[in-house]
Amino acid sequence: MSIEIKQLKNAAAHLAINGEMTIYTALDQKTTFSECLENNKELQIDLSGVSEIDSAGLQLLLFVKREANERHIKLSLIHHSQPVVEVFELLNLGNHFGDPIVLSANWKKT
Amino acid sequence: MSEFDSALKIFAQESEQLLQDMESALLTLESDPNDSETINSLFRAMHTIKGSAGLFGFNPIIAFTHEAESVLDKVRNGERHIDAGLISVLLDSKDHTTKLVDHCLNCPDAPLPDDLAATSSLLIERLTGKSQAHTLQSSDSLSPLHSEGGGDISLDDSWLISLDFKTDALRNGMDPLSFLRYLKTLGEIKDVLTFFPDMPKDAEMDPESCYLHFKIVFNSDASKQTIEAVFEFAADDCDIKILPPNSKIDTYLQLLDAMDENHVSLLGDMLVQIGALTPNDVNHALTNQAHARQTDIEPVKPIGEILVEQQVVQQPVVEQALKKQEQTKQKIATESNYIRVDAGKLGHLINLVGELVISSAAMNLIVDRHGLSDAGDVAASMNSLVNAIRDTALELRMVQIGETFSRFRRVVRDVSNELGKEIELKIYGGETELDKTVVEKINDPLTHLIRNSLDHGIESPEQRLAAGKPAQGSVQLNAYHESGHIVIQIADDGAGLNSEKIVAKAIANGLIKPDHGLTQQEIYNLIFAAGLSTKEQATNLSGRGVGMDVVKKNIEALRGSVSIDSTPGEGTTISIQLPLTLAIIDGFMVGTNETRYIIPLNMVAECIEMDSRECEINEVEHYINLRGHALPYLRLGDYFHSPKTENAKKRESVVVVKFGQDKAGFVVDALHGEHQTVIKPLGKIFEKLKYITGATVLGDGNVALILDVQGLIETAINKRKKNAALPA
Repeated sequence: MSIEIKQLKNAAAHLAINGEMTIYTALDQKTTFSECLENNKELQIDLSGVSEIDSAGLQLLLFVKREANERHIKLSLIHHSQPVVEVFELLNLGNHFGDPIVLSANWKKT
Repeated sequence: MSEFDSALKIFAQESEQLLQDMESALLTLESDPNDSETINSLFRAMHTIKGSAGLFGFNPIIAFTHEAESVLDKVRNGERHIDAGLISVLLDSKDHTTKLVDHCLNCPDAPLPDDLAATSSLLIERLTGKSQAHTLQSSDSLSPLHSEGGGDISLDDSWLISLDFKTDALRNGMDPLSFLRYLKTLGEIKDVLTFFPDMPKDAEMDPESCYLHFKIVFNSDASKQTIEAVFEFAADDCDIKILPPNSKIDTYLQLLDAMDENHVSLLGDMLVQIGALTPNDVNHALTNQAHARQTDIEPVKPIGEILVEQQVVQQPVVEQALKKQEQTKQKIATESNYIRVDAGKLGHLINLVGELVISSAAMNLIVDRHGLSDAGDVAASMNSLVNAIRDTALELRMVQIGETFSRFRRVVRDVSNELGKEIELKIYGGETELDKTVVEKINDPLTHLIRNSLDHGIESPEQRLAAGKPAQGSVQLNAYHESGHIVIQIADDGAGLNSEKIVAKAIANGLIKPDHGLTQQEIYNLIFAAGLSTKEQATNLSGRGVGMDVVKKNIEALRGSVSIDSTPGEGTTISIQLPLTLAIIDGFMVGTNETRYIIPLNMVAECIEMDSRECEINEVEHYINLRGHALPYLRLGDYFHSPKTENAKKRESVVVVKFGQDKAGFVVDALHGEHQTVIKPLGKIFEKLKYITGATVLGDGNVALILDVQGLIETAINKRKKNAALPA
């Protein structure tokens, strides 16, 4: 597990996650995310290297999204890896990831 | 489902009748608009139709009649004036209700046709004077669920599963996602709401804690049990609520209708049986209920209400189940499997069986006497049949004592309120059976004893607390069988008897002398003597010293006995021993000097030949040395007759009898063996006869006397004491 942080420009960072996002890595990853949230106005999280994601990992992403929203930080998740997509689909979080209240696509339609 | 159909038929008939009545009532109102009785009947018609429609889930009818009912309620309370306009709207409403009922009966599953729905809205508008903005459809889904996402979820065909994971779920190795993946194998996840309202901010957030909650809308044909099994492993770390789809309600209602009406089941069991609940749901609810009972903050809710609150089952299902339960109870109470028989007829039957037993004994005697070996077999098999008939006939009169016991709940409740004490009645052994005549006669003595326990036995809450006991006292009623008797115990955990007071009072009343030398046990039993009460002040409940002697007399009249035991500060136990039946017993026949006696068989411990190695008699100190134990004895021949004059030494035998803890030996000339004894009461003139409780007619026409073993044992013990006290 590691997170590569590339400081793009002023107050903007690109985070590439490699390896798993699970209960085992959640604590470390949270620290990194928290730091980045402190220092930036824009965050890009590249999920292409996520090999495995479990509830703790998902919860962490939900957490980051909420924090970002509250601090008016622009957050974008990019390059979702297959495991991430699978979880987002399972929970119908898909494209809507990041709504203040997480609602699924189906829900919007009804 | 035939019951469901017939219920529908009843609904149809009932509605038709009610609507017709409604029409004529409306027409009456036109001429006399202030007739309150007629207005009431209008209200009742709408109300009843609404209620019945509710049972079948006919939502269009409910929605419409509800509005009409509200309007009529206002009219009834004088809030709205009834005029020709309203009457005509109501007449239209009546016609419309007829159509709605027809529609619901003919095609219950089809949605309401547009024209009917439109009429409904229009009429409601006219009835209420308000425009009906939303259509009737909204009332179709029952109690829409408000989720954190805001808005309602349509649950008509879907299960709603709520998963509220506990904080430690992740640390305990749970992965909520894996449960969802597994769930997907059982059906289709239509929608998932993920929310995390309690996730703390920023640094507070512990990424290893779980803050996730899910609401899952799930389509599946699986049973509730199967769905619950998915989350079996998570049960400790997650609050799981599974609400069946609304469309299942009908199925559940039908299953409830089809349920067996021969047993009353518990509500939870019924709902589990039809699959609306899983055993876990019920256990959970019961735990909650028990918890509520302990904490005692608010009144304990019925289990059905808890289940609905937990959102594991819909209200209508619970209501229907309760209704079914009530119906079943009533059915069992009314028709059930019992036949009511005149007690007189039963008594006559038992008399006849008694005669049959006697003549069968007579027949056996003759068969024996003539040595008819081939007839012997027939006689033996007939004998066993007669025995079986006897037992069965006696069983007919056996009733469980539980009903008598539970009547005392009320007594305890009322009396403890009156006395300002907190007392709980505990009942054990309510299923113990005894003869109905005995039950009837034991009621008064029992009431008296229980009142005594409540009044004298249990202390006031303050006294109890001061003595280090819980404020709530308890009175126990216990019944069990013991060697052919039934024992009924009334035990309280009160102050116990004060033996000094009893002695003082007894001496004052001249019952005993100051140098009485009585044992503690004998002192306690003094309270059964007339005119003795230790309570300083008589209350209107008890304490006048009249009663305990009557209690004892009543019990002894039933060939029973009563004894009392008490530990100061810990409580008092009163034991009543009663024979199981008053009609026929197994007896043991003995003889002295040509006279025959019957000893109830269950009181016979053993029979021994006199002067054998095991048994030696000591005439001077009046005891029998039975294998090293001193046994008081009575020579029945000497006791009931003048002493024998002839010197011819007969071979004597000893029958060892026991009653409770006491034992004694009866010395007799002959042992005749077991005998079926039909108890015939002695005539009036013999009523006062001591130590004889009755008589029986023997097969050869002779009469044998039935011994009062208890009384005789006492006599034997007293005699032994007297003789032992004499200087040798």
